[in-house]
Amino acid sequence: MNIIYSRIKKHTMLALMMLPAWVMAQTATLEGTVTDSNGEPLIGATVLLEGTTIGGITDFDGKYEVTNIPVGTYNVAYSFVGYKKVTESVTLTVGQRVSRNIVLEDDANILEEAVVIGYGTTQTKDLTGSVVAIDTKDFQKGNFATPEQLVTGKIAGVQITSNSGMPGAGSRIRVRGGTSLNASNDPLIVIDGVPVDNGGISGAGNPLSLLNPDDIETFTVLKDASAAAIYGSRAANGVIIITTKKGAASNKLNVNFSTNNSISQVTGFVDVLSADQFRDTVTAHGNATQIGLLGESSTDWQKEIYQTGISTDNNLSLSGGVKNLPYRLGLEYNHTEGILKTSQLDRVGTTLNLSPELLNKHLKVDANAKYYNVQNVFANQGAIGSAVTFDPSQTVMSGDTVYGGYFEWISGNGNPNALAPRNPVGLLDQRNDESSVNRFIGNILLDYGTHFLPDLHLFVNAGIDMADASGSVFVPATAASDFLRGGVNNVYEQSKRNRVLETYFNYKHDLKSIKSSFDVTGGYSFQYWSTESPAQPDLNVAGDTITPPGIPFFTDNALMSFYGRLNYNLAEKYLITATLREDGSSRFSPDTRWGLFPSVAFAWRMSEEGFFKDIQALSFLKLRLGWGITGQQDIYSDYPYIANYSEGTSTAQYLFGDTYYYVLRPDGYDPNIKWEETMSYNVGLDFGFHNNRWNGSLDFYKKITTDLLSVIPIPAGTNFTNQLLTNVGSMENTGAELTLNYVAIDNESTTLEFGGNVTVNKNEITKLNVLANDDDPGILVGGIAGGVGNTIQIQSVGFPTFTYFTYEQVYAEDGSPIEGEYVDQNGDGVINPDDLIRFDGNPAPDMFLGFFANYTHNKWTAGMSVRGEFGGYVYNNVNSSLGNYFNVGSTKGYLANMTTDYLNTVFQTPQYLSDYYVEKASYIRLDNIYVGYNFGRVIADKVGLALTAIVQNALVVSSYSGLDPEVAGGIDNNFYPRPRTYGLNLNLQF
Amino acid sequence: MRKSTIWGFTILASVSLFFSSCFKDLDLSPKYGLNTESVYEDPANYIHVLAKLYAGLSITGNQGPAGSPDISGIDEGFSAYVRVLWNLQELPTDEAICGWNDPGIPELNSGTWNSTSSFVQAMYYRIFYQIPLCNEFIRFCSDDWMNEKGFSDADKATIRTYKAEARFLRALSYYHAMDLFGNVPFVTEDDLPGAGFPEQIQRADLFDYIEDELLAIEGELIDARANEYARADKAAAWTLLARMYLNAEVYRGTDRYADCITYCEKVINAGYTLEPTYEHLFYADNNLSNEIIFPVTFDGLNTQTYGGTTFLVHASIGGSMPAADYGVANGWAGLRSLPTLVNAFPDTDDGRYLFYTDGQTLDVTEVQEFTNGYAVSKWKNITQGGEAGSDPVGQFVDIDFPMFRLGDVYLMYAEAALRGGGDVGTGLGYFNQLRERAYGDASHNAGSIDLDDILNERARELYWEGQRRTDLVRFGKFSGGTYVWQWKNNDPAGGSIPEFSDLYPLPFADIVANQNLTQNTGY
Repeated sequence: MNIIYSRIKKHTMLALMMLPAWVMAQTATLEGTVTDSNGEPLIGATVLLEGTTIGGITDFDGKYEVTNIPVGTYNVAYSFVGYKKVTESVTLTVGQRVSRNIVLEDDANILEEAVVIGYGTTQTKDLTGSVVAIDTKDFQKGNFATPEQLVTGKIAGVQITSNSGMPGAGSRIRVRGGTSLNASNDPLIVIDGVPVDNGGISGAGNPLSLLNPDDIETFTVLKDASAAAIYGSRAANGVIIITTKKGAASNKLNVNFSTNNSISQVTGFVDVLSADQFRDTVTAHGNATQIGLLGESSTDWQKEIYQTGISTDNNLSLSGGVKNLPYRLGLEYNHTEGILKTSQLDRVGTTLNLSPELLNKHLKVDANAKYYNVQNVFANQGAIGSAVTFDPSQTVMSGDTVYGGYFEWISGNGNPNALAPRNPVGLLDQRNDESSVNRFIGNILLDYGTHFLPDLHLFVNAGIDMADASGSVFVPATAASDFLRGGVNNVYEQSKRNRVLETYFNYKHDLKSIKSSFDVTGGYSFQYWSTESPAQPDLNVAGDTITPPGIPFFTDNALMSFYGRLNYNLAEKYLITATLREDGSSRFSPDTRWGLFPSVAFAWRMSEEGFFKDIQALSFLKLRLGWGITGQQDIYSDYPYIANYSEGTSTAQYLFGDTYYYVLRPDGYDPNIKWEETMSYNVGLDFGFHNNRWNGSLDFYKKITTDLLSVIPIPAGTNFTNQLLTNVGSMENTGAELTLNYVAIDNESTTLEFGGNVTVNKNEITKLNVLANDDDPGILVGGIAGGVGNTIQIQSVGFPTFTYFTYEQVYAEDGSPIEGEYVDQNGDGVINPDDLIRFDGNPAPDMFLGFFANYTHNKWTAGMSVRGEFGGYVYNNVNSSLGNYFNVGSTKGYLANMTTDYLNTVFQTPQYLSDYYVEKASYIRLDNIYVGYNFGRVIADKVGLALTAIVQNALVVSSYSGLDPEVAGGIDNNFYPRPRTYGLNLNLQF
Repeated sequence: MRKSTIWGFTILASVSLFFSSCFKDLDLSPKYGLNTESVYEDPANYIHVLAKLYAGLSITGNQGPAGSPDISGIDEGFSAYVRVLWNLQELPTDEAICGWNDPGIPELNSGTWNSTSSFVQAMYYRIFYQIPLCNEFIRFCSDDWMNEKGFSDADKATIRTYKAEARFLRALSYYHAMDLFGNVPFVTEDDLPGAGFPEQIQRADLFDYIEDELLAIEGELIDARANEYARADKAAAWTLLARMYLNAEVYRGTDRYADCITYCEKVINAGYTLEPTYEHLFYADNNLSNEIIFPVTFDGLNTQTYGGTTFLVHASIGGSMPAADYGVANGWAGLRSLPTLVNAFPDTDDGRYLFYTDGQTLDVTEVQEFTNGYAVSKWKNITQGGEAGSDPVGQFVDIDFPMFRLGDVYLMYAEAALRGGGDVGTGLGYFNQLRERAYGDASHNAGSIDLDDILNERARELYWEGQRRTDLVRFGKFSGGTYVWQWKNNDPAGGSIPEFSDLYPLPFADIVANQNLTQNTGY
């Protein structure tokens, strides 16, 4: 510590020596001692005369002396990290030596920050559960189309994997691993008190992509059951609470404008054979037909389909108060171009927050309205795979007019060859796939502090989340992709409604006589969701009906809940939280629909105890113990318990005589289906040293999920299906999380902060069937591209979820894999599915970490965020399906390219299930790196100006042979690559 | 109470009330669609459920050609009833081979499947999808139910016919279960959905159950050739009985050849006639044929699937074959014949010799190469008038799959007669009727026949119609090494497969799920 402190001193001394010469005339001196409340001297505290650059710093005895101060009256600021800043007015006359001894109080600021929890807020120091809140200052820097990317890598135990590089593409969010096999593993997301639907919306990448990241104030993650159980049957995978920015009570109008302009580029290409390599290979290995198909050009198809995306995100916010009506109005225009040609997103957003206080401030109103319009142009992502595999010896354009002029493989009758890949450029240019989504999220929260009992507050929260999407797909009749059907000319619509009404009360009371305080919350909520889409016909360009409209789609579900929470605080040392929630879901039968979700947590602020107070370095220490039961009822089906009969489409009719009859089918159902239950335990330690200059937390957890919903084979003949989603299994997640923050430097001119988090998580399936059977082979999952019905993963008891299930490749002496030779595991002399084994690895990393550093020096800022995952595996489906000579096309009348992995394996036929294709997915990614300069007040001192330059996705270090090892689900098959983005942000404050 | 307090509560209460009017209770049910009770309250709905029972043999889900599948865990098209039945009955035999390397196919080609092979599972679960569906329908066709709901007498009579057809369809699926799997779980209309673990029935007992069922409904089914096209009639039940009796020694160790003759005669005397031109039996308009006793129907527009005859046409096209000649837009390049089938034809004048040989080799040395083995051009999506089928895109075909047809009944008669069930001379006459059709005249008629002639004639007459495995098992030539063909037991020249291969294994998944099941011997 001393080393760092002395370094601080040097900085300050340096600053002092640069004082201009004119201040030397007519000066005075200020001196004194700075101590803490115990009288201990504070070493390295900063003294600054506000409005000047004159100041000093305390020495090892806490003493300071500032000389050569021009005479006058100053506000002198005394500050030290971890302590409350003190400002004193001092008048200095010529030659005077003024002494000021200052006591700085502990600044428990970090600990007293309000943290949003379900149905209320608390202070960090009072938390009993594992809760992490990230606010604007800690968000990831850059231009983001979706808000969850603001906290990627920032929170221990939370893994956020963007699904692809498509503008507005969603992310897969996992809080402490997944607790489900077949139900949703997504956390519950609550936006300004409105729990939103995790399901996607037609025509939108994901529900969060319709939210403007700039509007977001805080992201709070409730990780353990004791924190999340207040959300009951939806909380098994954690809860994310998002709050948006609000107006300030002051009357001053605050105008902020920022514009973020960036360019995005593809980071690399899949390695495929060049045109010359391809010609050589086909000439060497091919038959006469194949050689005859070779072209003479040299086209790099991947270069043909990608572009440099130019994007701009502009935000204007006006906040302030009019006659005690605080308001904030936010306006956004975002235009993001994807790196795949033709893909783009335009978003216009308006948010309004009003938070007046009425009835003599007894009634607080918090009203939020957010409206977004998103216009998407979806590129045909089939072009990505097609560009990898398309014959590089052919030209983009054929020189002919058929198929829009694009080169295509045709069959004998002149039609497009059904088995061949389509021209990637044609796929992009000849498809116009657009959507427009309107979303409105509004809520009004009334907080009524009763007149007769000031400790009692009554709340009503009413919210609505509406999304209406409409879109169209047009492919010209000449396009080879849809040539046989005469093109595509279709429209679609979808609307979603989500309404919530909550009434609850809060009663806080201190009983000083027994050093106790109580905080009781109790309430009722009802939420209703519906999704509706009209039936649309499938049409071609000429207007012919390919498929007539079927049945309109409508589905709905509702959740009714009662909940309560008690917080008890004894002597500011012992904290107890108990919650209870009862949920009733329409998704389950009246016999199984109600469930009770309790939790208890205990926290001990050890640093308040006498014996810890003596330890100088220790500023905060709290032990947390939590237990609770949460549930999961998001099972992708709203009526799984009802013996439903559904009607078939017009293409699924059956002929009797000369009449076609629509069919009526009983659907498989489980009358006893209910939610999954996850019981979790958490032990945590929050700590701060040296006035929280070092702070962090360490958590250990175990989550045991029972009544696991799994799609399993049911006894044949007992239902109207062969596999049914039913409560049958159990699984466990165990893990540990460490978060550490360190403020290395914090003085008037310079700050340097580091933060990091590490998570380890293991999961294991412990039960998977009604009848235990040691020979149970498990359930094959993880369908791959290539062949029909090939799977690469397995769910089986005693193993982690989605374990790879492969043949063990045999290698030649030179290290190259021998085609078709696998280890004969059962020694029966035949290689067949009996020889598939569970690979020692699965897609989930054993460990993942995030690290960031932020540095400010005077008007400069700089920082970076790094993220890494270790111990996970990825299946390279690109190489397994395209890295063999079979892909060239055999006798199918076309040629297709191979990845350069063919040169390593020389496989003649696909070896999909070889463990050769399961690769280590460990990586370190430099998520962003930025540098900024704050010009201060410019233009007649009226406008604050700051500029920041950012590189996002700057670097990935990995041994993976494919493009990007970070693949949600672990099967890498030509997903839309994540771009590298160079951005420049301009911020103006009026 | 102070005025502002009243205001406070009033505001809270009115906001709550206003919004609570937007809400419903927790008893939500689908807006579109019906449930078990409501379906069977309206007699008009019955025919739509009946249509599903038939469609279960043809298509794979509620959304043709794919989507909203009936069974899961396997690709819809791959697992279609007729397609997977065809695969199980043809690919392991001397008639066919498939070049695709998808899971489940190589072990069918070689006869080396196990209890987790995907096609074995698909067939089993298609069968045991059909059976509970029929059971549920039969439950709601009871007189008690119809009386309770006050159906009219006319409706009751109609529904009783539907019930008999549902019992026929259940018997047909149980027949496939008995033929392919032997001892299987057994459920009837008395077993409600979700009811525990079904008991396993022995093959011989299942034979007796199916026989009893078919005899019981004989009187309730509509007369032969009097029902609407594609619905089962008396002749469908008779043909199934005849087939069971012909194979009774395999199924229950009993000689029932005389009964086979009896039921063949009932069919033959019902007025069916041979289709004059053999090829037309497999054309897009084969619904016009008077030879087909019970078809499974397909349609390019209304009954779409990637299974069934769409599979048979597309998968048979590859190499230099012009897809348009077969009424479709493209080929899938998978199925070819083995030389054992081609060599069953002593000459190429036989009208049933429908092979495409241009660029194809007779022998199959490379399984994955389409050009290895003669292609079969039997299934054609064109009409007798030369028009392509109804799907303008050339994807889904119109050909109906003849589950039972007169030609087969003639050969069953001849074989049962030879095996001691009846008059050999009459059988020879039926045998020669097929040869006359094949050659256009009596020049190739046989003077006498033996059982080997029957098996060879069945190859020539019924190849690629999903019958071969049952025939070879009955003749004792399927397993073992006395009769081999290319790639049997994965041997390019042909090897031996164990005797237990005469039955397929029960899927491991069901052994795990149902404690009452015992696996077939050898697996």
